[in-house]
Amino acid sequence: MKNTIIAGAAVALFCGPLFGQQANTPDLAAQNAALEQHVRELEDRLIAVEGKVRMLQSAPPAPTQPATEGQPAAAAETAPAQAPVVPAETSPTQGQSQVVSTGGPLPNYGGASSAAKALNPDVSVIGDFIGAAGNGTVPPSASLQPFPSMQMHESEIGLQAIIDPYARGDFFLSFGEEGVNLEEGYITFTALPAGFVAKVGKMRSVFCKVNMMHNHVLPWVDRPLVTTNLVGGEDGIDDAGFSIERILPAPKGIFLEATGQVFRGDSPDVFRAETRSDVSTVEHLRGYKDITESTNLDLGLSYARGHNDAALVSGAAGDFVTQLYGIDATLRWKPLRRSIYHSFVGRGEFIWSQRQQFPAEQRAFGFYTSADYQFGRRWFGGARFDYSDRSRFDNLTDKGVAATLTYWPSEFSQLRGEYRFTHYAENRDSHEVFMQLIFSLGAHGAHPF
Amino acid sequence: MHKAKRLFVSLVAAGVLLFPTLAVAKKLNVVTATTDMAALAQEVGGDRISVESIAKGYQDPHFVEAKPSFLLKLRQADLLIVVGLQLEIGWLPPLITQSGNPRIQIGANGYLDASQFAEILEIPQGVVTRAMGDVHPLGNPHYWLDPDNGHRVAKGIAGKLGEIDPADAAYFQERFQDFDKRLTAAEQKWDAEMAPYRGRKVVTYHNSFTNFAKHFHLEVIGYVEPRPGIPPTPSHTIELIGLMKRENCKLVLVEPYFDLKTPNSIGAATGAKVLVYLPSVGGEKQVTNYFELFDYDIELIKKGFQ
Repeated sequence: MKNTIIAGAAVALFCGPLFGQQANTPDLAAQNAALEQHVRELEDRLIAVEGKVRMLQSAPPAPTQPATEGQPAAAAETAPAQAPVVPAETSPTQGQSQVVSTGGPLPNYGGASSAAKALNPDVSVIGDFIGAAGNGTVPPSASLQPFPSMQMHESEIGLQAIIDPYARGDFFLSFGEEGVNLEEGYITFTALPAGFVAKVGKMRSVFCKVNMMHNHVLPWVDRPLVTTNLVGGEDGIDDAGFSIERILPAPKGIFLEATGQVFRGDSPDVFRAETRSDVSTVEHLRGYKDITESTNLDLGLSYARGHNDAALVSGAAGDFVTQLYGIDATLRWKPLRRSIYHSFVGRGEFIWSQRQQFPAEQRAFGFYTSADYQFGRRWFGGARFDYSDRSRFDNLTDKGVAATLTYWPSEFSQLRGEYRFTHYAENRDSHEVFMQLIFSLGAHGAHPF
Repeated sequence: MHKAKRLFVSLVAAGVLLFPTLAVAKKLNVVTATTDMAALAQEVGGDRISVESIAKGYQDPHFVEAKPSFLLKLRQADLLIVVGLQLEIGWLPPLITQSGNPRIQIGANGYLDASQFAEILEIPQGVVTRAMGDVHPLGNPHYWLDPDNGHRVAKGIAGKLGEIDPADAAYFQERFQDFDKRLTAAEQKWDAEMAPYRGRKVVTYHNSFTNFAKHFHLEVIGYVEPRPGIPPTPSHTIELIGLMKRENCKLVLVEPYFDLKTPNSIGAATGAKVLVYLPSVGGEKQVTNYFELFDYDIELIKKGFQ
């Protein structure tokens, strides 16, 4: 409203003299052209001012402005009207880059004005409801846990924001029906020298692909047997620590990225830290290549090492270590002109586990392969084959197949059905049908590719 | 002494030959989210910049895959120009974070949201919910389809390029002035060509045509999508057919990345022509710059109305 008033006043001010001249000037066409040009310039200036106001409204303000914070609301409301005095050369984002540390305690970012809301992180909630039917009889020693008949499996709350010019923060809190878990909560340093990107906090490790995925981005209702048997299942290798990654130089347009991570060493069913020195490490090398503009190949090598709970379980003295080796491969096809209608993803992970335990080291192997095809704007079909030994009993092998059908009512909800057949090592078969409904509220940031 | 001079000259010559990049001024690396921003940047940047777009012109800019190969471009970028208004929210933020390039992080000097320079239409008033579809809470992001916004965005880009590379600031301003003149002349031609069709009614698949329609005084009476981002439903299609018949609307414009099945059935039911228009530079091979985008679309629409 204020902008309109200012613009109206400006037009009247600037155009008034021109109207006066118009009557006395013989060259009416030239005067009209000049007037039109002038109005257009004013319009451009008004649009530029509106743009600056939009940017100021959406950008976090500078952190310490005690004089401004102390002003009454009426004074604060005049801020947009002052925007035009900002020099045209000034970048609208400079306000952020000028934020500097005062060296004292962290400033208080709260405030009574509504502008303080601009500092709030993006908030999202993703609901994950699963219904299950069929004979899910699982042998006692199997890693796979059956879904109950109906379950609000997870409610994931995401809080994401840019912290300062050098870092961003991401928190994902996972609410089950009976408890809360910090699935991930980390700071990412985005402005490190030499192209390094570092994370500190609790995070899913980069061991292969599935371990990194949150439940709502999985292409299935469940996780593959190999993930459950060898890499800790749904929780996976998800621990507190730090991570550093860098893109490496490579020829012929190949994307090569190396990541190293160090964790406390506590990931249920995989690693267990008894002392502070029992840290676990994960290393990952990723190679990616666009084969054509529609097709690409993504390959990864992973290694993880950490102490396990064998000493605790068996009571035997000693330092027991688990080492994991992984290979992941993903082939994607998505024709750009029809990218919202058709796509194909073929993927697989091959994992070897060496678990030291009493009385003998267990060497287990497992893999899955899957294919998913999008055959309509909202429809996807897929199939998966599972094979995996169990990490504690490498002579026991579980196998399975699964088929999925997925429908997206919109971009913000998803309905999926899955049939799963599992043949357990104890010679038991299980036939199960799952129905999953995922729904998203708020601004959930996109996940890495 | 002469020998020393000759040796020096030879060494310099050899150096220039062996390391040609040292002999020429370094170009600014500009990466843009879409081809339209790339086309405008190229107009004002000339040979002092190298510019690449992440999305292709025939691709839906809302749904670009955040491929790692884009990181190779972004990590070298001096300037990243985005359309803004949350057009790229589904794919660009993780790329920026992962790029490891502090220059282009949001808020850094090498990050430019071009929407700040443009006239933005359809800014939702009141409560915004997802019941409205995949609505953009900050306004319609397809603003480059108004040539007036082309002037403004190009001016903003020229200013930013000059800020990053002050030595070439005058060059970028000269290029902008030249572009501004050429675009003004082209705009007069386009306005004259479209003048006979003022007030004509059209239907588009997605609401990407708003700025174009406003500039050339066309009236968009409906969309094939019932809500932005929601696929056509039978009930909405029937309603739209009724509306088009009542309003005597004889043109359906479809973006190149949408399926033609529903638009064709609407066309068959109403007698309207169904045409694939280009919302972006590069939508067809022959459309390689900002001027050709309007040339193509205006020619197409003229034929559609004839």
